[in-house]
Amino acid sequence: MSERPLPRPTPLSQPHWDGARGGVLRVQRCRDCGSHVFIPQPLCAACQSTALVWTESRGHGNVYSWTVVHRAPHPSFATPYVVAIVALDEGFEMLANLECEHAQIAIGMRVRISFRALSAEISLPYFVCE
Amino acid sequence: MAANPLHGVAIVGAYNTRQARSVEVSETELLIDAMHGAVRSAALTLADVDGLHCTSSTRGWRPREVAMWLGRPIWTGSSDVGIAAVLEAALAIASGQATTVLIATAQAGEYVNRVETAPWTKPSHEFTECFGLFTAAEFALIARRHMHLYGTRCEDLAEVAASIRNHGARNPQAVMFERFVTRADVLASRQIAEPFRLLDCALTNEGGAGLVLTSAERARELPVQPIWLLGGALDRYGMSYVTPPVWERFGDVGARAGQLAFGQCGLAPSDVDVAELYDPFSFEVIRQLEALGFCARGEGGAFVRGGRIAVGGELPVATNGGLLSFSHAGLAQLLQKPIAAVQQLRGELPTALSVPDARVAIATNGGAGALFCDVLLLGTQPA
Repeated sequence: MSERPLPRPTPLSQPHWDGARGGVLRVQRCRDCGSHVFIPQPLCAACQSTALVWTESRGHGNVYSWTVVHRAPHPSFATPYVVAIVALDEGFEMLANLECEHAQIAIGMRVRISFRALSAEISLPYFVCE
Repeated sequence: MAANPLHGVAIVGAYNTRQARSVEVSETELLIDAMHGAVRSAALTLADVDGLHCTSSTRGWRPREVAMWLGRPIWTGSSDVGIAAVLEAALAIASGQATTVLIATAQAGEYVNRVETAPWTKPSHEFTECFGLFTAAEFALIARRHMHLYGTRCEDLAEVAASIRNHGARNPQAVMFERFVTRADVLASRQIAEPFRLLDCALTNEGGAGLVLTSAERARELPVQPIWLLGGALDRYGMSYVTPPVWERFGDVGARAGQLAFGQCGLAPSDVDVAELYDPFSFEVIRQLEALGFCARGEGGAFVRGGRIAVGGELPVATNGGLLSFSHAGLAQLLQKPIAAVQQLRGELPTALSVPDARVAIATNGGAGALFCDVLLLGTQPA
């Protein structure tokens, strides 16, 4: 069985993955307009400022949308599994797996982030019920 | 304001190679077939071409490499494909950089490891690939949100899938020729990424396609029916499949491009006779009907009910069978949308699929899950 594809951090995203390794969700925030910026960018898409700084999210939010995947793109993913968009309380969205009973998932359900170490460098975020 | 330069350009050739799960020729042979077929359908030869934009997926032929085959200096397009390539070529013609441009593309031999999903469904990116995201899941996340907000039903998705697949079933050139399906068949097919089932999803196959554009002056000299560019525009948010596909942010992609395209020729959605909408997944058609103004936001599910988007209905959609039944070859399907529009306006599709007296067609590429949507309006008469 081939291995699950792992993220290859870039200089831009490295602080995010460094945070994940320490169990913290790091996200950029715009010092000019206050927007949270995710995925990592060199520029704020809301106001085009370059004054972006890394901050920590509490990692709590609501399920915004989700899908149960039955046909995996790669055999390293055991089906079925859930991919969700989570709307974080700070006002940004992120994609990750959601680990809970499929029958209980609903849009708006409260979830919180957790991390699982998959290599020395990479801990992958996932969400569980709050 | 000066006249729109697109209005001085016509499509004079449109051709699809054989489309099949395996075409049993090399990708390069397929590309050459697409090139020859397209110029032949314009009553031209490669000697008449002074611009080209020829690409392939697996071998990765690029326009400048292929230009070597013509042995003389010509205009070449950049890397973009489908409707974007059509608009780029049209502007090259309108500005006098070329008179006749051949666009062609082909894919064969790319999808060999069938344990995985097709290569073009799973772009490698650090914020998607590791979670098991791929195209079906990305579009499913948008569809689920729409169903939640507006009450769109799985039956509505199945209506789209069955309608388009039954067009392909009547098209001898379609990969799924004679494979008729009912809504019940769609709803009983296996789950892929909820709410999508197998028959809600595009095919994965091999194929090629080609298109020839030329100036109005040259078009009128040729013994073929020219199809005129009426309008076109691109809507792009960024790269596909890297950022969460949030409905409230990306759900209207294509709306701006559609308004611009209609504005360029003074037409409205109600003037469109045929809609060759990009159909990677059933729901995307519902979304585009809303974004392009064929119905109001949230009403796409109700719009497609009762056969409205089938040939014979009020607004036939994806009349050649689309990506769901005709072909989805990685990139060729992007070009096959304007090709289907041209064939429909010329009355070249099989009789069972012909829309009588079709004068105006819309073609689109992309979708909300992919964060882009390009729009092209074509007509039997110049703008």
